[in-house]
Amino acid sequence: MGEFNPRSWKDLPVGNVIPLPKTSLQFKTGNWRAMKPVLHEEKCIRCLLCWVHCPEPSIERHEGDRVTINYDFCKGCGICANVCPVHAIEMVMEG
Amino acid sequence: MNGDRAVAYAVKQAKVDVISAYPITPQTIIVESLAEYVNNGELDAAYIPVESEHSALSAAVGASLAGARVFTATSSQGLAFMWEILWIAAGLRTTIVMAMGNRALSPNINIHCSHDDAYAARDTGWMQFFAENVQEAYDLTLMAFRISEDHRVLFPSIVNLDGFILTHAAEGLRVLEDRDVDEFLPPKKPVNAIDPERPMTYGALDLIDWYMEHRKFQFEAFESTRPVIKEVFEEYGEFTGRSYSPVKTFNTEGAEVVLVALGSSAGTLRHASRELAAEGKKLGVVSLTQYRPFPVDEIRRALSEASVVGVLDRSLSFGSPAPQLFADIASALYSAKRRPLLFSAVYGLGGRDFTPQHARELFSFAQEVLRKGEAPQRSIWIGLREG
Repeated sequence: MGEFNPRSWKDLPVGNVIPLPKTSLQFKTGNWRAMKPVLHEEKCIRCLLCWVHCPEPSIERHEGDRVTINYDFCKGCGICANVCPVHAIEMVMEG
Repeated sequence: MNGDRAVAYAVKQAKVDVISAYPITPQTIIVESLAEYVNNGELDAAYIPVESEHSALSAAVGASLAGARVFTATSSQGLAFMWEILWIAAGLRTTIVMAMGNRALSPNINIHCSHDDAYAARDTGWMQFFAENVQEAYDLTLMAFRISEDHRVLFPSIVNLDGFILTHAAEGLRVLEDRDVDEFLPPKKPVNAIDPERPMTYGALDLIDWYMEHRKFQFEAFESTRPVIKEVFEEYGEFTGRSYSPVKTFNTEGAEVVLVALGSSAGTLRHASRELAAEGKKLGVVSLTQYRPFPVDEIRRALSEASVVGVLDRSLSFGSPAPQLFADIASALYSAKRRPLLFSAVYGLGGRDFTPQHARELFSFAQEVLRKGEAPQRSIWIGLREG
């Protein structure tokens, strides 16, 4: 990733742009969570509904439609647990 | 042509890429004319028939950031509906040109002229120009594209024209040949346009650590537009023979009494000034073609010899010490070496007619103020049914 390190208002680019892509990856919102989703793999039927619905998105899809949760960005909204048809995801308190 | 048609004609000649606008009286003729031009192939533009003004400006912001030359138009309630996006359009440095058919804000529902809408946008970072007649509406629209898109500017602009008085009244005007417009207004060269090859983030979040710096950056950049506006005004003057300047003065040399107005009423004041001159009386008239950024130096110079200045406002700011143009002028004059007596006159709300006779009454009132040596603490109201 490139560098963008303005020191003062004089270093800012026109339009207040951040002149780099994907900078949100540096801003880990996972620590905003109060509750976190825990996936019980043995119950998972690989329907991918959690992956489809995650608003971040913080659920990653892997080979064979296996999913994992990216806790760097998951804000604990609970939509995944809510849509899972087999209740494979459990919301537990953080910490 | 009427003011609306003249603006639409200028937009057509400017070869805009995108038109994103919602109709509202008294601007409807602009958007209808543009729809006709696009439909019959005279203008090759994407016409987005949005469902509201909020969407109109949002789409315009996106299009401008994608590098397009963009036009929109609105009035009163329509401006109020898109108000949150005005700040965004300016802060993200779009180059949108907006025509405003100045119309009174409700309640009660009134489709006629007040300057409420223009004033409501005065803090947002848009440049603002006021047309006094249909010729100026045409000229300023062309100049607005040129000024906004200049790389030393990159701010959106509003061209104000009085609702019905200019939007719907037909006046003679000189238009440029298409090829002359092409010469004056080359295609837009965008800066930091959305580009898949050069991905960036637009409209990011600021926490308490960077917002103020972004504002300072925008503030100073907006100040830097002043010389460019003057430069384009002068260039257009050489190009067409019609000269423009941020502030227009008439008969102000040695005038004790000066009246200041925005928009078409400046013409009424000048007409009264000529009538009074024939009677040996001297009325100076000052009008602002450039309202934002506010032309502080030019206003100080224009009012420097006056002993009493009446500022006409076609709007109100409820609960404030004075209406908006008065407040701007008082601010500009506060630290001037020589300050005239200053009074406020509210006029023309909701299209209430402002006549040369009213102007003469204002002149007499100003003379009284000068004689007493004291200006009224509250605005006087012109043309009100007192009962």
